[in-house]
Amino acid sequence: MEAVLHNPETWRPGRGKVGMASLIAMESFFFAGFIVAYLFYIGKSAVGPYPREVLELKPVLWNSAALISSSFTVIAAVRGLARGRMGAMRVWLLATILLGGWFLWGTWLEWRTLIWDRGLTIRTNLFGTTFYSLVGFHAFHVTVGLLALALFWVLALLGRLKPARDTLRFELVSWYWHFVDVVWIFVFTSVYIVGMRA
Amino acid sequence: MSTLHASPHAVSPERGVLERLHAWAITVDHKKLGVMYIVAGLVFFVVAGLEATAMRLQLIKPLNDLLTPQGFNQMFTMHGTTMVFLVGMPILLGVGNYLVPLMIGARDMAFPRLNAFGFWLFIFGALLLYFSWIAGDGLYGAGGAPDVGWFAYSPLTSRTFSRGNSTDYWILGIMVSGFGSMTTAINFMATILCMRCPGMTLMRMPLLVWMMLVVAVLVLTAIPVLTAAQVMLLLDRTLGAHFFDPQQQGSTVLWQHLFWFFGHPEVYILILPPFGFISEIVPVFSRKVIFGYALMVAATVGIGFISLGVWAHHMFVVGLPPWLNALFAASTFLISVPTGIKIFNWLGTMWGGRIRFASPMLFASGFLGMFLIGGLTGIMLAVVPFTHQLSDSYFVVGHFHYVLFGGTVFAIFGAIAFWFPKVTGRMMSERLNAWSFWILLIGFNLVFLPMHFSGMLGMPRRIYTYQPGRGFELWNLISTIGVPVQIVGVGLFVCSMVRALVKGPVAGNDPWDAWTLEWATTSPPPEHNFDRIPVCTSARPLWDRKNPQDPDCNYE
Repeated sequence: MEAVLHNPETWRPGRGKVGMASLIAMESFFFAGFIVAYLFYIGKSAVGPYPREVLELKPVLWNSAALISSSFTVIAAVRGLARGRMGAMRVWLLATILLGGWFLWGTWLEWRTLIWDRGLTIRTNLFGTTFYSLVGFHAFHVTVGLLALALFWVLALLGRLKPARDTLRFELVSWYWHFVDVVWIFVFTSVYIVGMRA
Repeated sequence: MSTLHASPHAVSPERGVLERLHAWAITVDHKKLGVMYIVAGLVFFVVAGLEATAMRLQLIKPLNDLLTPQGFNQMFTMHGTTMVFLVGMPILLGVGNYLVPLMIGARDMAFPRLNAFGFWLFIFGALLLYFSWIAGDGLYGAGGAPDVGWFAYSPLTSRTFSRGNSTDYWILGIMVSGFGSMTTAINFMATILCMRCPGMTLMRMPLLVWMMLVVAVLVLTAIPVLTAAQVMLLLDRTLGAHFFDPQQQGSTVLWQHLFWFFGHPEVYILILPPFGFISEIVPVFSRKVIFGYALMVAATVGIGFISLGVWAHHMFVVGLPPWLNALFAASTFLISVPTGIKIFNWLGTMWGGRIRFASPMLFASGFLGMFLIGGLTGIMLAVVPFTHQLSDSYFVVGHFHYVLFGGTVFAIFGAIAFWFPKVTGRMMSERLNAWSFWILLIGFNLVFLPMHFSGMLGMPRRIYTYQPGRGFELWNLISTIGVPVQIVGVGLFVCSMVRALVKGPVAGNDPWDAWTLEWATTSPPPEHNFDRIPVCTSARPLWDRKNPQDPDCNYE
């Protein structure tokens, strides 16, 4: 019995990690559907406005920089919690939330210009249809991630986080946050690089 | 606190009905959730059967007017949607829910509350779909139940052609129950990879557990794509988006690609768990180890991979480029290889065994024969020019009913006959089960065999009636005559279940002298499954325990 229990073959991966990895795999296929639709419809809009007329690359680059740096700050926050340095964890987590918030705010500014100044809505043409649904679902996932991060930040402020118990949980949330980042790289490439030619 | 520590064995039989219902409603026990999945699935099985009966009655003779054209469309839409999403998936995921933790020696699924959440999402989605009978009219006074077919091709689903809210109910009902399936799949992944008892290596897992692992992967890859497509359709219908709107250059073919990227893996989601049932039943009643265990695992994983690349064989008449059709025809031929390997492995297991045709084995044998026919007509349909002739004909209807009824449903009945004693502690009547099997087998072939002929004569599927004098009458008449035979067969099986619950003989822990861990605990198992977490020594842990002089682990 002892031999069986201490055998390396009885090692099992953590269920939290497997669960989160499965969730991320599932979400990837959800986004794949929208990315395929976006790529499929590039240059097929019957009427304008077209991407190259209304999309601006510069502000989006700043947004992307913010979102991608937030992946690094969240790593620092996880490390802070793992080492029991709660002050560092709170600061890095706040930085992550602010960078994520910056991204959402940037999306809002972009959408406001597109909708009110340039007349592109989800019903205008195929570009509007695929653009708002793809970017919108990504922004929705950023929002969900931000809520989860904000929950941890509040718990950290209240002093309710225990490194031994909560590091893994926080790490799993950070996985989700990285996923949201990686999806953005695909969205960015499809919308602002490949799709710009149309 | 005392209630928290109350032993599950201390449940007193004189508790009130409400109290017992409440216990089921709040449960997070994988066994109770599994039973609820199966019971709900069987209820919808009856509902979908009644819908099919209505269609068969309408088609009994030419120019019949039992159903209106729209009523007929609603019947086949609801029948197909119900059978796939509310019968097949919940029963298979339910049996998996019940058995997987027991088979791998765990106390519950990895995430018990998520498990309960998934079940209630499924129930909510199912009710949402059926609520459309009442509320589908919407503000337009047009509609009722969905009538766009279970694969809901655009542009038939656009606001223009589908007034009212029936299609929205179809979208939301399937989407919500899909969320339930996805949470369950996440749970299976974590349970199977992380909760195995000591010694239960991946290559010692019962084959059913392997099949459920691959099914979980398929659910996680296929269902989200359906959800994405349904979200697009919902955006089209509610916000005026143009994903599938040809007037704005939207592509109706994109819907077909997205739907069938889900739809074909879905077929394997519906057939892999039955493969698992057969792989557990056949060895026990042949008194032999499964033939080619490692090959079975490899074939299962192979089927999982290839099934993600065959979807366009549902679209041979769409007008895709010939090279693409050829590619998908080739991948479809390819997937029949691992499937054929499995059939030969089951036959190899039976070969030279001491076969005992108890009722689970009867249903398993029925599965082998009927599924083989469905598989062979499937290979015929993989030939592009053949499909050009017979696409959307009754030949196709006959084909997939041999796979999904002769295959999946027969295997489900076999699984119920096999594991009923474990779940309830009572034996079903072998006599009633055998009668049910033979009558069902005859009724099934009466209904579905003639469809191949009427299809080859040119009868299209999904027509509410047909003209006399085209040679369809006889085949349709025979098909409809088979319906009451099938009803008797299913009815006998239900009688056998009820009778067993009331006065079935007590089963004991291991009535079939089987070898997997679920038979190591009591029937029904206690809430925590095992008093001591078992230790697994080989692929047949219970054999090792029963035969310490010659355990399997000596040969691994």
